[in-house]
Amino acid sequence: MTGTSAMSPLLVALISGGVVLGALTGLLAYVTLLERKFAARMQSRVGPYRVGPHGLLQPIADGVKLLLKEHLVPDAADKGVFNLAPVIFFIPCMLIFASMPFAPGLGVADLNIGVLFFLAVSSMEIVGLFMAGWGSNNKYALISAMRAVNQIISYDLPFVMAALVPVMLAGSMKLSDIATAQQGLWFIAYPVIGQLAFIAFIVAGVAAENRTPFDILEAESELIAGFRVEYSGMKFAFIQLGEYAHVIGTSFLGAALFLGAWAGPGPSWLGPLWFTIKALLVFVLFTWVRWSFLRIKVDQILSISWKLLLPLTLLLLLATAVVIVIRSGAGV
Amino acid sequence: MSEVREIDYTGSERLTMNMGPQHPSAHGVFRAILTLEGEKIVAVDAVIGYLHRCHEKLAETLAYVQYPSIASKTDYVAAMASELAYVMAAEKIGQFEVPKRAQYLRVAVNELQRVASHLLWLGTWCLDMGGALGGGTSVFLYCIREREQILDLFESLVGARLLYGFHQVGGVRYDIPTGWVEQCRTTMDLIEQRLGEYESMLHDNAFFEMRTRGIGVISSQLAQDVGVCGPLLRASGVKYDLRRNAPYSSYEDFEFAVPVETEGDCHARYRVRMVEFRESIRIVRQVLDGLPEGPISSRPGVKSLAQVKVPKGEAYARVEGPRGEVGCYLVADGTNKPYRMKWRGASFSNLAVLPHIIPGVTVADVVAIMGSVDPVFGEVDR
Repeated sequence: MTGTSAMSPLLVALISGGVVLGALTGLLAYVTLLERKFAARMQSRVGPYRVGPHGLLQPIADGVKLLLKEHLVPDAADKGVFNLAPVIFFIPCMLIFASMPFAPGLGVADLNIGVLFFLAVSSMEIVGLFMAGWGSNNKYALISAMRAVNQIISYDLPFVMAALVPVMLAGSMKLSDIATAQQGLWFIAYPVIGQLAFIAFIVAGVAAENRTPFDILEAESELIAGFRVEYSGMKFAFIQLGEYAHVIGTSFLGAALFLGAWAGPGPSWLGPLWFTIKALLVFVLFTWVRWSFLRIKVDQILSISWKLLLPLTLLLLLATAVVIVIRSGAGV
Repeated sequence: MSEVREIDYTGSERLTMNMGPQHPSAHGVFRAILTLEGEKIVAVDAVIGYLHRCHEKLAETLAYVQYPSIASKTDYVAAMASELAYVMAAEKIGQFEVPKRAQYLRVAVNELQRVASHLLWLGTWCLDMGGALGGGTSVFLYCIREREQILDLFESLVGARLLYGFHQVGGVRYDIPTGWVEQCRTTMDLIEQRLGEYESMLHDNAFFEMRTRGIGVISSQLAQDVGVCGPLLRASGVKYDLRRNAPYSSYEDFEFAVPVETEGDCHARYRVRMVEFRESIRIVRQVLDGLPEGPISSRPGVKSLAQVKVPKGEAYARVEGPRGEVGCYLVADGTNKPYRMKWRGASFSNLAVLPHIIPGVTVADVVAIMGSVDPVFGEVDR
C-alpha cells in the first residue's frame, strides 16, 4: 500500500488502518472459536456445535448476545473510571497491530522501531486493567488490580529480553528487517539460542497475557473474575476482545521474531496467509499451555520471574551478543 | 492444640473479604469471612448452616422404610455411606440379621461410591487450583467422565444416579441385574488405567507441587484434637480406618491396604486418596469374585410403612465414608419410626480444622486447602 503515492498519506493510513482493524476483529472472533474447539478436543468434549454448522456461527451469536446485554454499573463504583477502563484497556491491545507488517509493504506502519513500539504499547494495557479494578470498587477487583500491577511489570522485563534476542540477531528493530534476516534460517532454528529464546518468549508471553498458569488476575476460584467481575455487556466484551487481541498480537510477534514471518512455499502473495497460520500455531501453543496446567500463586509467579526468568534471559542476551561478535569476526 | 487467633478488625491495613456463601470454590454454600493483610490471611471466621434442612427432625417423622432414601441427601456425593449408617443403626437395635450376599453388595456399592466421590474430589480440587479456564477444567472433565461410568453402574442397579435408597433394614433392596458384574469389571479396569493418566498429569507436575507441598499442614496432634477423620486423619500420620479398626458388613473378608502419610499437607492428602482409589477398586474386584449366592435381605421387600418395627433401644452405627467416619445415633421406641436420630457428619468435623490451618496462608492457598479437606455441605449442615 506504500506504492499508492497518488493518495494522500493520511488517506492511505486511514484505509489500511480500517482494513487491518476489520480483518482483525473477524480474526479475533474466530480465534475464540478456535480456542474453544481446541480446548474441547483436549478435554474429550465436542465444543460449540449448535449455532451454525459445527458451531461456526457461535462467535457471532456471542457478539450479538453481549451487545444486547444490560450495562450494569455498581452504585458504589467510580463511574467515570469504571466506564472508561474497558476503552483504555482495549486501545493499546489493538494498537499493537499498527506496527505489524503482514507481508512486505503490507501493513499500517512498518516503523523502524517496530518491536519497541509493540512492547511499549502492549504494556500500556496495565493502565486500563488497574482502572477497571479500582473503579469497580469491589474487593475482588481491587486485589486483582494489585496483582495485575505486580505481575505485568515483572513479566514485561523477561518478555522484552526474550524479544531482543531476534532483534540482536537481525541487527534491526524493524519487523520487516527481522523477517528478511530470517530468509536463510528462521531464528527458532538458530542453534541453542533460538530455542531458548523462544521458550522464554512463550513463558513470559503467557504471563503477560494473564493466561493459566499465570492467570492470577482472573483467578475465578479465588477472586471470582478479578478486575472484570462487575462488567457486563459490551464493556465486558471490550475487555475480552482486548485480551484476545493481546494474545493474537503476541502470537504474530512470535511468528515474526522466530518463525520467519511471511516466508513459506508458493507465490509471494501467499505470505500473509503463511504469517497468519504461523501466528495461529503460536496461539495454539499458548492455548495448549493454558489448558494443561494449574494456576500458581502470586508470590511464586513473582519469584519465577525475578529469580529465574529474568537472569536467564539476560544471560541469553549476553550469549547472543558474544555469538554475534564472534561470527562477525571482530575478535574476542 | 494451636490457638484460634482472635479476630481484630481494626487497623487500616486490613481488608475483610467474604468468600461465599456464593463463591465458585465454596463447594456448596459455605461462607468464610477472611481478614486479609495484603494477600495474607490473618483470621478466618467460618459460617455454616446455609444448607440446613432439618434432617434429624425429619427422621423422627419418617418410617424406617422411608428414611434411607432421605439419608442419601445428607452427603449427596456419597449417598451410599449415609444410607448404610442409618440401616446399620436400626439393625443393631433390632438385632436383625443381614445375609452374606447383602453384606457383600453393601461393600461393593460403598467402595464404588468411594471411587465416585474421590473422582469428584480430584476434579473439583483441580478446578479450584487450576481455574475454570485452565488446566483444572481438563482434570475436572476427565474425572467427571469416569464418574459417569460409576453412576451408570448405580443406575442399572438401583434406577437412580445420585440418591439411591439402595439399603433397607435387614439387607439391600435390589439384586444385581444380569451383565452387571462384567460391566463393573470393565469399568474398574478402565478407571484404574485412567488413574495412571491423572497421576502422570499431576504427580510430578511442578505447578501442582508448588500449590500443594507444605500447604495446610495438619499435625498429627491437631488432627486428633480437632477430631478430623478419613483421608485427612490418615494423611496426618494416624492409621485409623473403620473398615480395618472396627469392621462392619464383612469388611474383614477382604484384603486391602490402609494408606498413611505423615506430612499432613495437601499433597499428602492427595497421595492418600490416590491409594484409596486403587484399594477400593481392589475390594470391588474381591466382592465380584466372591459374591455368595443367597437372599439379599432377611426381611421381605418393602410393601408398607408399618413393615419394619424396631424394638425399644438405642444404638450408634458408624461406617467409613469417602470423607471419614459417618455415624448415626438412633433411639427407637418400638414403633415404625425412630424416636430420635442424630447424624455425625465427616465433613462437619473435618471443617473444624480450617480456623487452625488457614491463618497465615494466602488467598490462593485457601481454595487449595478447602479442596483438599473435601467438605460436602449437605453433610455439614444436614
